[in-house]
Amino acid sequence: MEASNGIRAEGLVRQFKNVRAVDGIDLEVRPGEIYGFLGPNGAGKSTTVHMLTTLLPPTEGTATVGGYDILSDGAAVRDVIGVALQDAALDQLLTGREHMKLQGGLHGLSPEEIADGGDALLERVGLSEAADRRVGTYSGGMKRRLDLALALIHSPRLLFLDEPTTGLDVQSRAALWDEVSGLAHRDGVTVFLTTQYLEEADALADRVGIIHQGKLVAEGTPAALKAQIGRPTLEAVPADPSQVERLEAVLSRFGDPLPVTNGSAAVRLSDGTEELADVVRGLDGEGVKVADLQVHAPTLDDVFLAKTGRSLEGAREEADTGEHPTEQVESPA
Amino acid sequence: MTAAAGTPALRTQARYLAWRSVIRTIRQPIVIVPPLVFPLFLLAINASGLSAATNIPDFPTSSYLAFALAFPFMQGSIFATNTAGTNIAEDIGNGFFNRLALTPMSGPSLLVGQLTGVLLIGTLQAAAFLAAGLAAGASLESGVLGALVLFALSLSIAAAFGAIGLFAGLRTGSSEAVQGLFPLMFILLFLSSASLPRDLISSDWFRTVATINPVSYLIEGLRSLIIMGWDAEALALGFGVAAAIFVVALWAATRALRDRLVRT
Repeated sequence: MEASNGIRAEGLVRQFKNVRAVDGIDLEVRPGEIYGFLGPNGAGKSTTVHMLTTLLPPTEGTATVGGYDILSDGAAVRDVIGVALQDAALDQLLTGREHMKLQGGLHGLSPEEIADGGDALLERVGLSEAADRRVGTYSGGMKRRLDLALALIHSPRLLFLDEPTTGLDVQSRAALWDEVSGLAHRDGVTVFLTTQYLEEADALADRVGIIHQGKLVAEGTPAALKAQIGRPTLEAVPADPSQVERLEAVLSRFGDPLPVTNGSAAVRLSDGTEELADVVRGLDGEGVKVADLQVHAPTLDDVFLAKTGRSLEGAREEADTGEHPTEQVESPA
Repeated sequence: MTAAAGTPALRTQARYLAWRSVIRTIRQPIVIVPPLVFPLFLLAINASGLSAATNIPDFPTSSYLAFALAFPFMQGSIFATNTAGTNIAEDIGNGFFNRLALTPMSGPSLLVGQLTGVLLIGTLQAAAFLAAGLAAGASLESGVLGALVLFALSLSIAAAFGAIGLFAGLRTGSSEAVQGLFPLMFILLFLSSASLPRDLISSDWFRTVATINPVSYLIEGLRSLIIMGWDAEALALGFGVAAAIFVVALWAATRALRDRLVRT
């Protein structure tokens, strides 16, 4: 069997009755990289994670994780992966330390390994002081951190994190990003991370796969994906607010107008930043003075918009309001 | 990070899961107190309200308290269905089951582990019911050795009914559905020979139902140790029926677990 820390999926499909939650996903995650799986609720992220972690058999297709086939070698896959699923499923009646004991014991660690490794991990995620408190008293951030520590107790070569920062405050999110980044770039752990947050994928992922309605619609490094879109956005604020319409008229000569608020005007530049000098000359020629002029590089939301025809933010709101079905990971039982 | 792991032996897995089950049980008074208090409460009512039944010709004992003492053992075991089933259904509902499924945990170790908490409560119940009965004036005709056999039969029944709970919890994944079994179990209990010996039940249909109701044989096995001494037939039927229920329920629970644990 190939010894690898990577993930390779070919034609992965999962059908739930009339819903094709995952619709033929091909992807490759290289050893030691952080792969961000980006998409709104209901896109198929969690179903993909459930299949790759052996919790759910695919309807079609196959995948290897850590060099092992998810269909024929599920037990070996589970040995080499750590998983923190979307909802940090913890026993409210057990303490953090007792969770480590249970998880370590079921993974075959000796009591000494559980005690030493468990304490080290609890310290690493900042839970040493709370280790002997019941989990029912933990905050959401503490539960997420314990979940991460539990996923690492048996030294996995690959780590699956399903929306690990959903619901966390900014500080907790940043701390978790640091930890995940260190795991991949310092310890060589391959990380497969799902998220619906653009900034998370942008900041953390070495490569990003964008999933929409069960299909992988784009894949690459954040920089490469944004470069595919290529065209930056130019936003200007007139010095005299009454000149905003004239400002819009000038800018529209250089690209597609974009909706903005608070008295500014913006366009997606047709020919990139090379046109900036022409824009300034055009404004000068029309006598429009500007108080502020900014060029924005393309974002992953621009990529999402270009690939799916809608912004990720909009898709997320639609999923939240039920316009599209929220993803369900069902057991066939 | 810690050292690399491997797949632990079945007994090691079962030990960890049993440890969790015991910890959870100890930390939930609501799981321990009702199975202890309600059966004793009903025993007190039955023993005081139905004592005249001992005047019926051929009633097997002069103490209705001693006769009725088997009832709380049986009633307590019915709580085992609820406890075991609810625990596993909650694990399924809140995702903890998936956490366990992602470890090398085997199905049998999960079932054994879950039943351990049930047996812990069963032991506490048996000790409390026997102590309360003896304190209230009942005597144990089979003596000290009989007390040990009473414990063994009581725990066998608790394991059998716990396995029914595991099946229901695994099959439905719903603690509400498991709790829905509770009234059905009580109907079975009341349609048995719990209140009167079968041959003294005057109503034909009731006697017929009690005769085909397996709960009657469980109660009669328990009761024989208290009021008769050593009745080999009653004990064989009691242990045999408990074992049969346990085997069938565990087989069903294993199948339900296999369907539920769809990991590849």
